[in-house]
Amino acid sequence: MFKTQSLFFTYNQQTAFRFPDIELAAGENLLVLGESGIGKTTLLHLMAGLLRPKSGSVELMGTVLHDLSSARLDSFRGKHIGLVFQRPYFVQALSLQENLALVQFLAGKSRDKNRIKEVLNSLGIGHKLQEKPHRLSQGEQQRAAIALAVINSPQLILADEPTSSLDDKNCSKVAILLKEQASATGAQLIIITHDQRLKDQFQNAITL
Amino acid sequence: MNIFRLSLRNMTSRPLSTTLSLVLLTLGVGMIALLLQVSRHIQEQMENNIREIDMVVGAKGSPLQLILSAVYHIDAPTGNISLQEAEQLQKNRLVESGIPLSYGDSYKGYRIVGTNHQYPALYEATVANGRLWQKSFEVAIGATVAKNLSLKIGDTFTGAHGLAEGGETHEDHAYQIVGILGYSNSVLDQLILTATESVWEVHHHEDHEESAHEDHDESAHEDHEESTHEDHEKSAHEDHEESAHGDHEEEMHEAHDESKEITAMLVKFRNPMAMVQLPRLVNENTNMQAAVPAYEISRLFSLMGVGVDTLSTIALVIMAVSGLSVFISLYNALKDRQYEMALMRTYGATRWQLVWLVLQEGLLLTLAGFLLGILFSRLGLWLVSGLMKASYHYEFSGWAWVPEEGWLLAIALAIGLLASLLPAIRVFRINISKTLADA
Repeated sequence: MFKTQSLFFTYNQQTAFRFPDIELAAGENLLVLGESGIGKTTLLHLMAGLLRPKSGSVELMGTVLHDLSSARLDSFRGKHIGLVFQRPYFVQALSLQENLALVQFLAGKSRDKNRIKEVLNSLGIGHKLQEKPHRLSQGEQQRAAIALAVINSPQLILADEPTSSLDDKNCSKVAILLKEQASATGAQLIIITHDQRLKDQFQNAITL
Repeated sequence: MNIFRLSLRNMTSRPLSTTLSLVLLTLGVGMIALLLQVSRHIQEQMENNIREIDMVVGAKGSPLQLILSAVYHIDAPTGNISLQEAEQLQKNRLVESGIPLSYGDSYKGYRIVGTNHQYPALYEATVANGRLWQKSFEVAIGATVAKNLSLKIGDTFTGAHGLAEGGETHEDHAYQIVGILGYSNSVLDQLILTATESVWEVHHHEDHEESAHEDHDESAHEDHEESTHEDHEKSAHEDHEESAHGDHEEEMHEAHDESKEITAMLVKFRNPMAMVQLPRLVNENTNMQAAVPAYEISRLFSLMGVGVDTLSTIALVIMAVSGLSVFISLYNALKDRQYEMALMRTYGATRWQLVWLVLQEGLLLTLAGFLLGILFSRLGLWLVSGLMKASYHYEFSGWAWVPEEGWLLAIALAIGLLASLLPAIRVFRINISKTLADA
């Protein structure tokens, strides 16, 4: 169960954002479409608890994110929210497998090699286990980024423009993979994008 | 994968800057640790050898040279003194004991010292094998001599005139080894001890040739005198000084039978009052010179100290530069890794975990540099020890940890902490949302 209520955020007096309420049940997907500069990333960061709203609330599994202390919020986010960013980031010094193990560690989970293999195989990059992430192709990197987001089986997956830098073929692949991964763990998936190509893939869509 | 392993991986993922930091740290720590160790060893050796020697009496000359030759047996003797005069001093009520030493000959670079049994007793030397000498031409040899020359009881050898190897040998007078001393970690380990009479007899019967005397007065000896004795001796002594050896050799020829001579006497005082009176008494009223080992050695250390201080300063500067290098390395790495840090935060890392990550990298670097530096210093010490053994027959024993090295560790870690502090603060204050949005 994920719910936002009258979220409002301002960076300064000129740029203020007011966002529509969102409510998702477990296993539901949502596509949030919007043009650049309309506050898509801001909304995503609010929903992930990376930003504190000026007013309004974000609630996941009955926990109001911004009632938590900073450290508790970090740990809550690590356990229950998976994030996919526009450009994939990794810890450069580590291999793909070690990156995933680090994410497990940061969420306070014990190292689970089988889970790592399972996730990578389901994303079709199981053979890239020992590879350094920056040596992967762009499509592989985006899939590896999805692996980071889903490795801890989060309740909520938030994706920020996950397809904007991909070609049509990879774009629909990534969309399908995200949906597959979300349904595999029963997570709610929210994709925020300006990429109109994704419209066909999702029934549930709102436009900012 | 945890924070510690991540720190290690971050270090190894930028090998060049890590290596630079490590090399600088190793150099800085290594130099300081080596200096500490070498000066500790020298000081320990020197102080160990002074033991209960309050004053050394010998021929006029440089007091430092007298101490170096009579106590440490590493310099040429200043000349000879009359045994009669020395014995007279021994009768002084302030003198508890006096040990006569006669030296100037050597065997394969190891000095032959004519003395009495009080000398090994002074260093609490034990006889490991055999016994001490009982009559002329019997010798007891130090443990190091026995080991390095593979000598054993019953072996005989002839001494060579002068202290360098290859001097003219006294073929007619063979010494016989009757005892081998145990290790006393003192100068005795490097000496060949015999009765004073042996030395007298060798030189009594020897036909002293001019060339042999020149060996005896090595040129280094004269340089030494000219440069140091002015501070201590009144200028009136200078004339005496320059002709001392010539005079002395002639005396040896003419007056050998009448007045027996020794090279120096190690004196122990009965009470501290003697320290004030006796050296002055000897220097002003006799043909002998008195030198106080404690004073001369502290003077030597203060002379050496200038060099040690300069090197220490250089080493400290290198350490400071290494700190700067660690700082730049961490700071640059952090600039490249801003997104990594933000990413880790979104995956549940707390601020403090990331701060610890950065601090740990700085501390690991400096700790590794410190350990390498200590290793480097021990290697250096081993080399210096080998060098000392080859040229002075002195060996460093023991690889102890000196307390100053604990301070060195603290300084190294402080540098690591300081260098990673600013990067750590930056990580602590990172704005995740802004960092990720600026991608």
